[in-house]
Amino acid sequence: MSEDSKQAEAVEEKPYKPTSPSSKLNFDGFWEYDDAPQSADHVEYKDQYDLFIDGEFVAPEKGRYFDSLNPATEEKLTSFAEATQQDIDKAVQAARKAFNKSWSTLEAKERGKYIFRIARLIQERAREFAILESMDGGKPIRESRDVDVPLAAAHFFYYAGWADKLDYAFPGKKAEPLGVAGQIIPWNFPLLMLAWKIAPALATGNTVVLKPAETTSLTALKFAELCKDAGLPDGVVNIVTGAGQTGSAIVNHDDIDKIAFTGSTEVGKIIKKSLAGTDKRYTLELGGKGPNIIFEDAPLDQAVEGVINAIFFNQGHVCCAGSRLFVQEGVADTVIQKLRDRMETLIVGDPLDKNTDVGAINSEQQYNKINEYLEIGVNEGAEMYQSSCQIPETGYFCRPTLFTNVGQSNRIVQEEIFGPVLTIQTFRTAEEGIKKANNTPYGLAGGVWTDKGSKIFKTGSEIRNGVVWSNTFNKFDPTSPFGGYKESGEGREGGLQGLYPYVKLQ
Amino acid sequence: MSDRIEVLKTYKTYVGGNFPRTESGRYYKVYDGDDNILANACQCSRKDLRDAVVAARNAQKGWNNRSAYNRGQILYRIAEMLETRKAQFVEELETIGYKTKKAKAEVEASIDRLIYYAGWSDKYQQVFGTINPVSSSHFNFSMPEPMGVVNVWAPEERPLLGLVSVMAPVIVGGNTCVILASEKYPLSAISFAEVLNSSDVPGGVVNILTGFKNELLEHMTTHKDVNAFFYTDPDIEQGKRKQIDENATLNLKRVRRKPVEDWLSEEAQSPYYITDFQETKTTWHPVGL
Repeated sequence: MSEDSKQAEAVEEKPYKPTSPSSKLNFDGFWEYDDAPQSADHVEYKDQYDLFIDGEFVAPEKGRYFDSLNPATEEKLTSFAEATQQDIDKAVQAARKAFNKSWSTLEAKERGKYIFRIARLIQERAREFAILESMDGGKPIRESRDVDVPLAAAHFFYYAGWADKLDYAFPGKKAEPLGVAGQIIPWNFPLLMLAWKIAPALATGNTVVLKPAETTSLTALKFAELCKDAGLPDGVVNIVTGAGQTGSAIVNHDDIDKIAFTGSTEVGKIIKKSLAGTDKRYTLELGGKGPNIIFEDAPLDQAVEGVINAIFFNQGHVCCAGSRLFVQEGVADTVIQKLRDRMETLIVGDPLDKNTDVGAINSEQQYNKINEYLEIGVNEGAEMYQSSCQIPETGYFCRPTLFTNVGQSNRIVQEEIFGPVLTIQTFRTAEEGIKKANNTPYGLAGGVWTDKGSKIFKTGSEIRNGVVWSNTFNKFDPTSPFGGYKESGEGREGGLQGLYPYVKLQ
Repeated sequence: MSDRIEVLKTYKTYVGGNFPRTESGRYYKVYDGDDNILANACQCSRKDLRDAVVAARNAQKGWNNRSAYNRGQILYRIAEMLETRKAQFVEELETIGYKTKKAKAEVEASIDRLIYYAGWSDKYQQVFGTINPVSSSHFNFSMPEPMGVVNVWAPEERPLLGLVSVMAPVIVGGNTCVILASEKYPLSAISFAEVLNSSDVPGGVVNILTGFKNELLEHMTTHKDVNAFFYTDPDIEQGKRKQIDENATLNLKRVRRKPVEDWLSEEAQSPYYITDFQETKTTWHPVGL
């Protein structure tokens, strides 16, 4: 029996015991964290939400509503209206009217001030948004509180300032707004994706019809309330809820000038196809299978932290997750052992507990999909290792998982799982590592770990990804453009580059 | 003297730095301004396209690894070579019905266009790249990077200027390309390949095929090892336009259409033609002691 599996077995005997094989740190007995629940008492939400069209909450034409569950408890949280064609028509009309009457005629600096106002209102109500985000989507409160919501506010703050400075953004050209933008966002970062979509659209003078994901629409409707509070002119922002059909009604609407979509590559391709032959502009932020490359000379402890963050952040529901790890042979055993030890310390459970590292899987559907992939991995002959943590009996939870002994053509290496599942492969030369990293139709983001600057730049320039995190991972900022090469999407969001998709240049 | 029999030129294709005939053995007739046969042009096939894409893919990394300065010098060299063969190109345009003045203007504009883009080779990165002031302790910058291999339809009209105008912005940014020459007037394109071949342009960076757009549309837009498709046709049929877009979804090929009416005008050149074939790569690195 190898040293590795002996240690792994030793770990399994006790439920939870952080160890470090290099420093031989040994905690006598395991640390128990007391519960640290975030109170949700002062947060209010309604039993049922209508559509937000032309500045008002209105019932859907067909009167249909669907339930939204809290994935950590499997209990109903609230219900959302299902928008159908007539509702989308109304929303687009409202957005068109607002574009023609109020928004495009408003002075740019005043437009900016509305967006600044929105940013401030999000900051003021940050905790409320964070709690709702965790309840509706299952992500740990620490993450929604410290990442999602502050970044969403920062995004509005950043783009607000662009509103009256667009003449400086496009050398030699003058920017004009496109008109009405139809925006469809995913369930992994509901409020943050809303901010990524709405902030640049408004700053450049467009109006929007946005559809949040059907499992996580709550913060978008709270955001609608906030638009009212901000005094934003009616119809500038319209929020319509529903599933795929609602989305397709937006994509195929004749009076929409631009589609912005974040979601799977599969749906992205359907959207691109349905826009074929039209003059509608589009941006697509799609799937990924991010490589994370660790060279022998990397600071290994930092790298291990980075890998943990790359794949277990937000339960692995991240399009740019570092889901494929490539370790240079000489350090592979050490890295894998360190990863297993670090995985053991992850706390999986109640999203509203401030100590929780990994929350609930967003929906039953996604939970089943992840479990299917675990089975596929095992059937393909890969070795599966899962942390031995306790997980709650109700709710959708998945143990942090890694696969070794995987081949380049294995489905778990090629396909996006969108869960806390890491595959580990090794390489000898840099060329081999880079080649393996690029052997995928995806090209969203990737990581490089080495202490050598020249190697960072060489590897970084050779991996075909829109974002390169060197000696770090999963960092986001409103000033930093994000988006994919190859089948991970088209166009960029964030930064100056994120203005392009919303303007025509004259 | 007058008894001498003129040596006629055979027009072939340009792939990987060589001048092969189409593997299909097919040809089509090209006529001059008076409907006399000028030459037999290759009617390229799907297989020719495949070979050309392989050549373009193999050349891409090396071309992109050239310094920006070097790529600029090579574009400048193309312009120099074209200048020395100006008379040949003017004459060739005259055979297809151009008046001398118009032919000269087109060749001169082509030379100037090459120089315009040669000059951009080491500047568009500075104009369109950004350093991003992120809130965390990281150094963060975004740079344009070439998409890779671009399939191009050269404009039907303006057989030389059109070709140069679509080729130069694509290759100056580190892409390689496969260009389908003007169907009606393919000869200038093949003569231009001779200029490329004597201008230090590495083989495979520009590949030029002749043939029928209708036949090659499907293959040029569905090929999965091609990153982008570039065409200009202002009057393209709606059905064809839709087909191009639909085929491109297969591997999320970037489709760029520039319906330029007048290739001599200012709108026919700008650095945005370069960035149309660039991705943005953003790199993060921690800052600390």
